[in-house]
Formats: sequence, C-alpha cells, structure tokens
Amino acid sequence: MRDFTLFIPEFIAISGAIAILAAELIWPKIRKDYLAYATAAGALGWLIAAIPYIGDTAGDFEGVLLTDDFTTYFRILAAGIVMAIALISAHYMRDRTSTAGEYYGLLLVAGTGMVLMAASRELLTAYMSLELLSFSLYILVGYFKRDRLSNEASLKYILLGAFSSAMLLYGISLIYGVTGTTSYEGIAEALAAREGGTDAATVVGIMLIVAGVGFKVSAAPFHMWAPDAYQGAPLPITAFLSTASKAAGFALILRLFTGALVVDAVEWRAVIAALAAITMTAGNLLAIQQTNLKRLVAYSSIGQVGYMLVAIAAIGYGDAATAESASSALLLHIVGYTVSTLALFTALTAHYNRTGDDSIAGLRGLAETQPFLALVITASLFSFAGLPFFAGFATKLLLFQASTTEGLLWLVGLAAANSFVSLYYYLMVMRQMYLFDPPEGQTRFRPSPLLGALAGLLLLGVLFIGVYPQPAFEATDRAASALFEVSASGLIRLP
Amino acid sequence: MDTAQGYVLVTALALPLLAAGVLLFVPGSQKMMARYFSAVIGAILLGLSVYVFLAYQAGGDVLQMQLRWAWIENVGFLGENGISLHLGVDGISALLTLLTGVVAFAGTLIAWKLEYRAKDFFILFWILIAGVYGTFFALDLFFFFFFYELAVVPLYMLIGIWGSTRKEYGAMKLTLMLVGGSVGIWIGIFAVVHEAGLGTFDLPTLWEAGQNGLISAETQKIIFPFFAVGCGVLAGLWPLHTWSPDGHMSAPTSVSMVHAGVLMKLGAFGIIRLGIQILPEGAEFWMPALLVLGTIGALYGAIAALTQRDFKLISGYSSVSHMGYVLIGLATLHEVGVSGAALQMFSHGVMTALVFLLIGALYDQAHTRDLSDFGGVAKVMPLWVIAYVVAGLANVGLPGLSGFTAEFHIFVGAFRTYPVFGGLAILAAAIAAAYMLRMFGVVFFGPLNPRWKDLKDLSPLETISAALLILSMLAMGLWWSPFTDRLANTVTSLPGVIS
Repeated sequence: MRDFTLFIPEFIAISGAIAILAAELIWPKIRKDYLAYATAAGALGWLIAAIPYIGDTAGDFEGVLLTDDFTTYFRILAAGIVMAIALISAHYMRDRTSTAGEYYGLLLVAGTGMVLMAASRELLTAYMSLELLSFSLYILVGYFKRDRLSNEASLKYILLGAFSSAMLLYGISLIYGVTGTTSYEGIAEALAAREGGTDAATVVGIMLIVAGVGFKVSAAPFHMWAPDAYQGAPLPITAFLSTASKAAGFALILRLFTGALVVDAVEWRAVIAALAAITMTAGNLLAIQQTNLKRLVAYSSIGQVGYMLVAIAAIGYGDAATAESASSALLLHIVGYTVSTLALFTALTAHYNRTGDDSIAGLRGLAETQPFLALVITASLFSFAGLPFFAGFATKLLLFQASTTEGLLWLVGLAAANSFVSLYYYLMVMRQMYLFDPPEGQTRFRPSPLLGALAGLLLLGVLFIGVYPQPAFEATDRAASALFEVSASGLIRLP
Repeated sequence: MDTAQGYVLVTALALPLLAAGVLLFVPGSQKMMARYFSAVIGAILLGLSVYVFLAYQAGGDVLQMQLRWAWIENVGFLGENGISLHLGVDGISALLTLLTGVVAFAGTLIAWKLEYRAKDFFILFWILIAGVYGTFFALDLFFFFFFYELAVVPLYMLIGIWGSTRKEYGAMKLTLMLVGGSVGIWIGIFAVVHEAGLGTFDLPTLWEAGQNGLISAETQKIIFPFFAVGCGVLAGLWPLHTWSPDGHMSAPTSVSMVHAGVLMKLGAFGIIRLGIQILPEGAEFWMPALLVLGTIGALYGAIAALTQRDFKLISGYSSVSHMGYVLIGLATLHEVGVSGAALQMFSHGVMTALVFLLIGALYDQAHTRDLSDFGGVAKVMPLWVIAYVVAGLANVGLPGLSGFTAEFHIFVGAFRTYPVFGGLAILAAAIAAAYMLRMFGVVFFGPLNPRWKDLKDLSPLETISAALLILSMLAMGLWWSPFTDRLANTVTSLPGVIS
C-alpha cells in the first residue's frame, strides 16, 4: 500500500518551498529577509514533524524508500542545516539580490533531495534523489548571474556533475545487467548467490558507482570542481555545499554500501581505502597554499571527506560489529563537522557582511575588532583540527577508533598525521586574527543580533558535542543500527 | 570506589577552567581585577595541590583519591565504562601535582607585570594549567589525551602574542613539533584500544590488559615507540628537542616557567603512564634505546649550554640535559632509578621555573639576555644573584638542594643497571657545573658595567615566588623521605621495574 503518511515532513518542506516561490510572485516587493525567516520557519516545521518518527517502526514505501531511524536522522540534519543556512543568508541575500524566492525555495528542495537520498533503497530512486539535490545546487551556486566567478563556478559544477552522473548511471546499468534488479536487497542476494567468483562487469560497475558518488562528496581525484564552486558560490551556499551536499553523499554511500555492495566488499574496499588516503592527503596539502578563505575551507572539507571515507573502508574490512560501530561513529562525526562548519560560516558571513573581504588576510586583527566572531571562528577551526573541548576532538577520535581494524591501521595513522597537517593552516588563519593588529581605520563593530545569536548557539553546539557526546552518539547509534537491521534480513555478510 | 578526596581532584581540575570562563566575561580594561582574581585562584590551587600531596598515604594503595563519572558508555563500540572521567593519583602524579601548584602560583605572580592584553593572557594560562592537572589526574586514556592536548595548544598564542625574540617562529615550531608528537600518541591509542578489544579507554583496565597478555608482546613492541617518541617530543627527547631552545627563548617569563617547569614533565609522565604501564613488554624491549637517547640528550644539552651566550638558550639547553636524566632514570627500569626520574621531574621543575623567573626579571629591565653584556651584577641585584646561585647549585647537584637528591637516585639506579651510562650521566653533571660557574663568573662578579648601575633588585612579588620555589628545592634536598616514601609503592608497582 502506498503509505503517504511516511513523508509528512517532506510534504511540509516542499509546500514551504512552493509557498515561498509563490509569495515572491504575488508580492515582488516583499522584503527578502522575510523570505529567509519564512524558510527557516518552514524548516522548523519540517524538523518538528520529523520528531515523531524517531524510534518509530520502519516504514516501507513500495520497496523504493524506507523511513527508519537512519532516514529520520538525516531528516533532522537536513532540516537543521536548511534552517541555519536560511538564517545565515537573510542579510547577505537581502543586500545583494532583488529576487530571492528561488534561492530559498531551492534550499528546501535540496534538503528534501538529501532526505530522499538517505531513504532510497533502490538504485534509480537514489539516482533521482541525488539529481534533485544536484540540480538545486547547480542553480544555487550560480545564483549571482552577473558575477563572473559565480557563473564560472556553476558552469564547472554542471559540466563535471553531468559527467559524474553519467558514470554513476553507467555503473548502475552494469550492476542491473549482472543482478537483474535495482533494489539494494535484491542486488545483495544476487551477488551472494552468484557462483564462481566475481565477473568484470560487477567490478567495473562498482568502480563507476564509486567514482560517481566520489565526485558528489568531492573525494580526490574527483574533487577538482569543489574549490572553484566553493569560491564562486554565495557564501551561505558554500556552507550548504560543505555540509548538506557531503552529508547527503555519505547517506547514499552508507545505505548503498552496507545494503547492497557489502557482499562484494573485497572488490571495493582497497579502492575506498586508497581514495580515502589520497583525498585526505591532497585536501590537506593543497589547503596550505590557499589565500582565499572559501578555497581554504573547500580543501579542508576535502580533507574531512578523506577522514569520513576511512569509516566506509572500515565497513569493507571489518566484521559486522565493526561496520556498525564505524557507521555510527561516522554519523556522529558528520554531526560534529556540520555544526562546526555552520558555526564557521555564520561568523564568516557576519564578517563578510561588514567588510566584503573573503581572503584570509582580511581577518587581520579580528580579535580586536570583533572578539566574539574571532572566538567562534577559532572554535570551529580547532574543531576541524580535532582539539579538545570542541566537537572535532571527540568525534574524530571516536571515528578513527571505530574504524581501526586489521589491515586498516595504516590508514588511521595517516588520518592522524593529516589531522596534524591541517592544524598548520588553521593556525595560519588564527595568526591573522590574534597575532596582528587590525588594519588602519578598522574599528570595533557588532555583528547583527541574528547572526550573533546563531553563532553563539552553534558555538554551544560545538562545545556540547565536544564535551559530552553521549546523547548525540546514542542517536547516531540508533540510526546506524537501523541501517544494519534492514540489511540483516536478506543479507549474507562476509566472514 | 568513589572517594570524597576525589572531589578535591575535580575541584583542582575545574577551578582553572572556571577561572578562564569567568575571565572571558571580565572587560579587558580591568587588568587589576584579572590579576587579583588569578592570584587568588593560584593560591587556592597551591593549597589544593599541597593537600593532594600530603593526603596521599605513603604506605597505602597505589591509586588513591579515585573518582569515576560515567561519560560515554554502551554506545557504538564502547562497552561498560567505555569512556569515563576517571580521576585519581599515584605517588608520581601526587608529586607532580604539588609541582604544578607551586609553579602555577609562582607563574601567576610573575605574570602580574604583564600589561598587554593581561586578561587574555590569564585565560589561556588557566586553560593550560587545567590541561596539566587533568593529564596528571586522568585514569582514562581518552581524557588523558584530551588534557594533554589542552595543555599544548594554548602555547601557540601564549608565545605568539606575548613572546619576545622571533616569537612567531618559536611559537609555530613548538606547536607543530608538540602536536606532531601527539599524533604518535594518538596512533598508539588507536592501536592499544583496538588490540585490547575491551571497548574501554579506562587506564587501569588497559594496564591489566597489557600485563596479562591481552595485548601481545609483539604488538607492544610495535606500539611502544609511538608513545615513547610522541611523549618524548614534549619531554625534550634528543633529537626531537629542537623546539625547546627556540620555544623557551621566545616565550614570556611565566610561560617559560610553566612550560619548562611543568609541561615538559607531561612528556616523561606520559612515557610512564602509557609506555611502561600499558606496554611493559614493549618498554622492556625499547628501554635501552631510550637510555642511549637520554644519555645523548644529557650530554648534548650540557655541551650546547656551555657554548651559548643567551641566558634563555642556556636554560633551554640545560632543560634538555636535565630531561635527559629523567629519561635515563626511567630507562633503567630500576626502583631507585625510576624514583630518581620522578624526583628529578620535581626538582628540575622548580629549579628551572626559578631560573626563568630570574632571567625574566633581568630581561624586563635590561632588554638583553647576552651574557657578555653583563658583569658585576651582584653589586646592584644581591637578592637576584643569591636566588640565581641557589638555582645554579641545585642544577649542578649540590647536596642539600633537590638536584642532589634526584640526580643521586638516578646515578645509583644507572650504576646498578648500566654502569657505563651512569658514568656518562655524571660527566654531564660535571659539564653542568662548568656552564653554571662560567655564567656566575661572567655575569655576577667582575667590574660592574656602568650601563647597569640602575638595575633594580627583585620586586616583592618576584621575591615571594622565588622564595616559594627555593623552599621547595630545600625541602626535597634536606628532608626527602616524604617524597621518596610516597614514590616507593608506586614505583615498585610499575610493571617490569626491578628492585
């Protein structure tokens, strides 16, 4: 039976999107920040509607979508991200554009795409959800249509994105050719029932899928689009790219790899481990040379993707218990990373609204002119670096510890070493803020109350997850075990 | 298992953090308020530290004042007591707690002079001190590492903002080297927790796992170097000591005091806590290597100090040399030697804090630290010279001062196990006498350079701090049984230590 009640939260999100689009059509002169508040309210409604689903029995929609704790986890994350991004955008967009309806509407649509990616248990549905998110992002990245950087970013993103979608589709078609089904469980059963080793078609299919999703989460060597897209996009969209887009990618990867491809783990685990190693090393080394803050964050987030891929590799190398605890730690790390990134961008936007400067040197003397923003930026950068009291310390340590299995210790060691490299360039940012006096003529200023309050709230979140991760960890643990309950049904795990 | 005394540890840990939190909301212009507030916090911490040391029962259990608060458990890969705020002290950490109290209080009084962004300085200073206490108290690997990192990170800003000579270079080099070292510790933690497979970070549980073979001897041999080198960087292990002279030269006075006085001890303490206690087999296998490196460090530091002209560089290298003794003492894995190492940590801590205090007092007036600029200072700064002579003599190991007690234990331990290295260690002590006496001769005596006739002697605050530090040195030098008694049970309980 088609049980539409499973998706009430998403209906709220989409209705919100349509309402906002309509509102601007009807009242073209509406104040643009009102649209932001409406979006935030819609996202809040979405989040509240998602709460009753926590711990509820898993609901199956026609075998293509599943609402379980894993989906609910990403629902809450997506709604939270959209809400924060809408609030960050409020003043930024009001000052820079005369039409913002599409911008805010697409934010909600993109968030819905993210939830559907987490809920999909079938390859084509997963693909379409992915494209829903991607297309929204293509437009959002190029939203400033008179800005050359924004245009360039969008064009690059579309071209490479289309290319990667093609790879993904080709991979899907190969897997379908071998197994005769697109459902995750069906694929797992067919792969397990196969006689006489793996055939080339499966391997090529899996590799193409890995490359396709690798592009979406900007894993090296498929990361080339990220720095340009990050730099050209409106600042809040840069934040959206580095949180929602990555979280959604990992939602899809987790569901797909634990549900369908885990049977053939031997075929892909070494590739994922290599991808993780290359991604974190490339991201962190390239970040060192950046002078633009957005590019720095782009490369640093590529490094973070490398850490997250360690957990995916661990799913391939470890036993069922390791796979589950690695997934749960990965989900925890995603929360920590998301909250830290949002805190960083809230502060950066407040700074940018004032100065219009997004270079690292532009932060010079911020500790004098706006100590609170400097503190928030420091806290989030230190959280990325994994220093105590901030979210990253606990989540990264737990992520790496959960991913430590036989044959993967080298990768965990490399990740720890990379974490050290990252501290260097974070310190270079800190140096600008704390060691130098502000340039001539810069005086103390106050951030807008909205951004100040949001930054404060997110800072508390960063500290809370860093100091007492138990509640968040329990939630992610529930989400991860939902993932494995499903796959336990028809699945033969590797010894 | 929770004890009422455990709350003393919690207080000592929470108080500096609380102080940092409160100072965050004090306006930057209220310098006197920040100073008085910090002095009061420092005094309370000193009191708590003295209490911890005295209340530690010499003949009782090894671990005392324990307290455990569940933190993260039964979730993910973590089982019962997965990560808990488990605090407690043994003889060694009780002694080092006392050291922290003394040096932190002295450092607070010295930081009184600071004018530039004084409040911000104290915030970072208290975070650092909380990290130090936490590392000494932690009986959980997660929190050990948490506080260890917490103690290292504020240094970047403390040196980068308030430092002198090439401060940015010194700060960056020091931070990167120390954090680079902690990467080694981090990898070691992953390996240990994974190998033990108990789903817990609880240190006593892991010690047991290491001693009853749950972590195989082969694995222990592989993991030990990660801990030893990782902690060794902070302990000034040769050849990874190079941050020490640069860092100390750049650091402001009170940071140098705390850094050389207490922080470097975290490294050596980590080698005991993580290396020897979790991985006894690995420790036994690698200790000869550590012994060689420690001896080279002791000799190299002393010889390098002999050739330097900058006060702070002399002390920086002398610290490398003295930390070399600590490593020699640990590497003997002999009851007397290891006790000596613990005593040396205390002794070097108070002594070097005093030396940096005095260098700071001179530099603030003279704005130079070059030995050859000075001469006849004894005529204008008698108190300063007396204090410096006491510190120097403790450095050399004169009986009656703490240096003698500590070094004597180390030498005895070394002679009983590796006599050749014992001899080399004594040679290093002889070189120490040479560089100290050279400095005394050049700076204190001889004709007074008229440029310095207006130098002022120690201020009252400096005198109080110096007196406190000298008192500690005398206490250990003259009546060491309270110190050695408290160490005895702990040291013999360490796995692999022979008596």
